[in-house]
Amino acid sequence: MAPYSEESEIQYRVKSVLGEPMEVLLQVNNLQVRFDTEAGVVKAVDGVTYRVYENEIVGIVGESGCGKSVTQLATMQLIPNPPGRIINGEVWFEGKDLLKYERNGKEMRSVRGSKVSMIFQEPMTSLNPVLTIKEQICESMQLHLGLTKADARKRAIELLGIVGIPAAKSRVDDYPHQFSGGMRQRVMIAMALSCNPKLLIADEPTTALDVTTQAVLLELMKDLVNRFNSSLVLVTHNLGVVAKYAHRIYVMYAGRIVEFGPTKEIFARPRHPYTVGLLKSVPRLDQPRDKELVPIDGLPPNLIRLPPTCAFLPRCPYRINRCEKAHWPALTEVGPHHSAACFVNLEEKALDVNEQ
Amino acid sequence: MSTNNSTLLDVKHLKVYFPVTRGLFRKKVADVKAVDNVSLKVHVGETLGLVGESGCGKSTLGRGILRLLEPTAGEVYFEGQNILTIPTGKMRKLRRKMALMFQDPYSSLNPRQNAGSIVGESLLIHNMTNSKAEYHERVEQLFRRVGLNPSMIDRVPHEFSGGQRQRIGIARALACDPSLIVCDEPISALDVSIQAQVINLLKELQRGTKGLTYIFIAHDLSVVRHISDRVAVMYLGHIVEITDSDSLYENPLHPYTQALLSAIPIPDPFVEEGREMILLEGDVPSPLDPPSGCPFHPRCFMAVPDCSKTLPQLREVKNGHEVACIRV
Repeated sequence: MAPYSEESEIQYRVKSVLGEPMEVLLQVNNLQVRFDTEAGVVKAVDGVTYRVYENEIVGIVGESGCGKSVTQLATMQLIPNPPGRIINGEVWFEGKDLLKYERNGKEMRSVRGSKVSMIFQEPMTSLNPVLTIKEQICESMQLHLGLTKADARKRAIELLGIVGIPAAKSRVDDYPHQFSGGMRQRVMIAMALSCNPKLLIADEPTTALDVTTQAVLLELMKDLVNRFNSSLVLVTHNLGVVAKYAHRIYVMYAGRIVEFGPTKEIFARPRHPYTVGLLKSVPRLDQPRDKELVPIDGLPPNLIRLPPTCAFLPRCPYRINRCEKAHWPALTEVGPHHSAACFVNLEEKALDVNEQ
Repeated sequence: MSTNNSTLLDVKHLKVYFPVTRGLFRKKVADVKAVDNVSLKVHVGETLGLVGESGCGKSTLGRGILRLLEPTAGEVYFEGQNILTIPTGKMRKLRRKMALMFQDPYSSLNPRQNAGSIVGESLLIHNMTNSKAEYHERVEQLFRRVGLNPSMIDRVPHEFSGGQRQRIGIARALACDPSLIVCDEPISALDVSIQAQVINLLKELQRGTKGLTYIFIAHDLSVVRHISDRVAVMYLGHIVEITDSDSLYENPLHPYTQALLSAIPIPDPFVEEGREMILLEGDVPSPLDPPSGCPFHPRCFMAVPDCSKTLPQLREVKNGHEVACIRV
């Protein structure tokens, strides 16, 4: 199976060549999130700008603590306050800035869970153990779509069938503990799709699951976003998953986006040293075993005391004099729809990622 | 990696069952057959990878081999003696030669113990050093070997990062010059960029230590293949395929191995475009009530009626390539 249909890629190319903008579904501008802790203020998200087009799958990759999940929670205003604060930014969705809304106000609630819905990492903890599956799926449909109890139940059974739960009619009255991990994540997907969202945000949806289950669920999610004409934001640390499913990728490091571009561009011509490092440090099934892994030296920075320079500088093997002196670099275009936040032109060095 | 063919560990028909009890008198009603009739050999100086999904019994097998769980039946020959029959006192002495490394670097280190004493504790237990000075020297040496600064000896675990803690775990495992280290998911809890550091360290240590043998347990097949000389694939308490790492990827024979390999996305969109994926239906059955015959047959895309009748045994189909499937 191709990671995405030839047709959609051609359309994407044609549209971008003609300069015709694709429909932007979500535009996040300069998002900044802070957490107040005893040790100091954590700059969890520091000026993140990204967009999601209609009918596309966007991958957001990065390691733990890079702010990829916090970014997604912040766009939905789900950051607990205190300790979290969204101090700056705009989240444009359907012509409205969601951050202008009251956190728990009526407008925000009409978006959250209906037009934009989320799937979380832990299917064990994100379902309520004392409510049946039906009650949990139907709640949002009764609230957002105004369905009657009977209609919502009917639709819940239909949805469970779509996500591949056998004997949906009898299982709809079961409790979460009666389902396996993979099945619970299917229930989460059914819940997320219940109100025909325009945008689905999946935060590490398969990390807690086995690889064979992961493969089945990701295929399912890909088919469903196609079928429902939605877009999907796939947050993950797994480079294989984004390589297979995402159309475009954003790479995050220390609360900032360090590189973004079309998936094939990023993998063929990574231009940020962190992206290069990530690609070199994972073993690949299709490569000879004796190929040495190149780890990224050092540790991710402390987000409380971020240096004014590039956050990756202490670990960067490509650094030049300018990196040490200058303020951290902004994202600049390095190729078609491809930007990186780095002073070093990595073209030559980046190429040997594939040649080695 | 040495190709020395002498056998360090020979596991024969190992069974580890957990009884399920019910009622006031804890009457046994069933067994969870976590490891069921597993036989394998590990050679001196090699790395054997054990892969499988959660609940397949790979960790239980690792612990059964070390006799940290008392196996239900079977024999485990370590350097020629059956460790399941020797008395506990003798066993304790033998433990010096077998070490275990844990998955979670956060919960496997005592938060109140300093790093030096975590690493050096087994030296004291086994009376490996003659004087205090020698003890300190050994601990410092171990720190240097795993790439930690000896000045950090007095720190406690919370002062270390995840990767550094895993290094402490490696130093602890290395302390008594073991010949076998069972690494139980040693990198699953670490970030991608740190995983490579630990993998490289493990490989380096093996290269620098004569006869050091690993059993590397993990669910991530790409990592296991990278570090192991041979790989055993487990499903529901059984080994379904065992072969050297290269032919595992190039020529997987068991349908479960094929599905497992195809389910792992390769971080390269160009390669991914041309790959076929085998999607398995259903979930792993409960080991309390395993299916009859081949444990994989309810989900298998190659199954024939005969598969539900007999349990296929591992048999050698090619030199060193064993598989348990009647369709191969």
